Amino acid sequence: MASIQDIQNDIIEEFDMFEEWMEKYEHIIELGKTLPLIDAQYKKEEHIIKGCQSQVWLHAEFQNGNVIYTADSDAIMTKGIIALLVRTFSNQQPSKIVNANTDFIDQIGLKEQLSPTRANGLLSMVKQMKLYALAFQSKNTNAC
Amino acid sequence: MLNIAKIRAQFPALHQEVHGHPLVYLDNGATTQKPQAVIDAIQQYYAEQNSNIHRGVHYLSQLATDAYEASRTCIQKHLNAQHSHEIIFTRGITEAINLVAHGFRSVLKIGDEIIVSTIEHHSNIVPWQMACDATGAKLQIIPMDENGALKMDAFHALLSEKTKLVAVNHISNALGTINPIKEMIDAAHQVGAAILIDGAQAAPHLSIDVQELDADFYCISGHKMYAPTGIGALYGKEKWLNKIPPYQGGGEMIATVSFEETTYADLPHKFEAGTPNIAGGVAFKTAIDWLNEIGLENIAQYESKLLQYASERLSEIDGFRLIGNAPQKAGVISFMINDLHPYDIGMILDKLGIAVRTGHHCAQPVMDAFCIPGTVRASLAIYNTKDDVDRLVEGVKKAKSMLS
Repeated sequence: MASIQDIQNDIIEEFDMFEEWMEKYEHIIELGKTLPLIDAQYKKEEHIIKGCQSQVWLHAEFQNGNVIYTADSDAIMTKGIIALLVRTFSNQQPSKIVNANTDFIDQIGLKEQLSPTRANGLLSMVKQMKLYALAFQSKNTNAC
Repeated sequence: MLNIAKIRAQFPALHQEVHGHPLVYLDNGATTQKPQAVIDAIQQYYAEQNSNIHRGVHYLSQLATDAYEASRTCIQKHLNAQHSHEIIFTRGITEAINLVAHGFRSVLKIGDEIIVSTIEHHSNIVPWQMACDATGAKLQIIPMDENGALKMDAFHALLSEKTKLVAVNHISNALGTINPIKEMIDAAHQVGAAILIDGAQAAPHLSIDVQELDADFYCISGHKMYAPTGIGALYGKEKWLNKIPPYQGGGEMIATVSFEETTYADLPHKFEAGTPNIAGGVAFKTAIDWLNEIGLENIAQYESKLLQYASERLSEIDGFRLIGNAPQKAGVISFMINDLHPYDIGMILDKLGIAVRTGHHCAQPVMDAFCIPGTVRASLAIYNTKDDVDRLVEGVKKAKSMLS
């Protein structure tokens, strides 16, 4: 499995192809459509991260030492960004996730998506992804 | 005939590019831009008059006090209140409603009822829920019909001798519905209840006469009517303001203080603890003078035509769903395009330099009633033009094609 950094570099390269914001947005919308959907059983209140405008559902599982995330949103743009975050963090070791940053979102020119004013729940989602990783990490350490 | 180009020219913030496009500002329901006169008033206050009010004996303090009190008198005249001490300066409407709701805790007891409507802003719901929680009173809700108009028969049926206060907006921020507040005020008084009107969306568009309306409380927000943020006013009938206790304690609101007993100042100071937003208060007058120079009648007429134009043009878009189609509407057009998420549309409009509000507009019960996550809301001001509307229509079409 590629490292978080490698995946983020790939994403930056992928977005370098686009010159116009519109092409970027269209790509994000396409990514949103391909996001592996969260299993219906997890799409309920306890997995919701409420933004002021759009909301996000996030589920995490621990498999073979890695965290597997699935997520969804009611807004397609938000879903597209989630697809990038899931691609970066899913199937990685908890310690790697906890220490990773999300600067790549700035670098692909979508900084505003993770700004608190956007109120789309993404900032809270990143925090929640890390909290899951932290929880799995400490559980794992205790078990050893 | 208004010269809109001349009016527009007075707003520096409108003359800028956003993401490479000339700004189209259609988020006036959230806050209006400020004319140069208002910006100058703030600058002039700090450059020439800045001082603390009501206490100093020195020259600047007197100047500042006079300017601040002149604004109170200006608001009194603007709303046609009987006395200037019936005008209480607040941070905005949220604080004005909290002030009254807090004061009513001394009036309410178990079994009493407060009535609000489904189409209220959260700021006209939550303070009443808190007052009910504290006193054991019950909150009753006026439902709306499928057009977003209040069901008046249901309102009349809710009124009883248990009703102590009715709190409704004059115009809904989420839908633009103009409520029949005169009828509601009279009906509330019939059962001996007080009534508070949230005038946030009305004051920038309509002239208001609190004596003719016979409202007990009427709240206005400066920043929604071309004045700075952080300043608003509560009109309250003298008898009510005398009856309810102060909201906050501190300097300015006292007559005498000792550790045995503190007595409160007379109106309006009883409700104005601490150093207020003096510059904002002073510039509030400038904004009202500016509005009156154009004339609220002229404004209402112009904006109503523009609203009609916007409704017609947006209706051309396949999949356009108007949310809120009450017979009486002002200032606001709230809509969906098919089932596209308003947030997605707003993101794309932003990139095209078009500022609208998306989401639930702090009126979640309205969105729940329509079973939608929110709307795209374009809200108009006197400086908006048909060109702004045309840009919006093109932007929405573009967003639709990208998202569908």
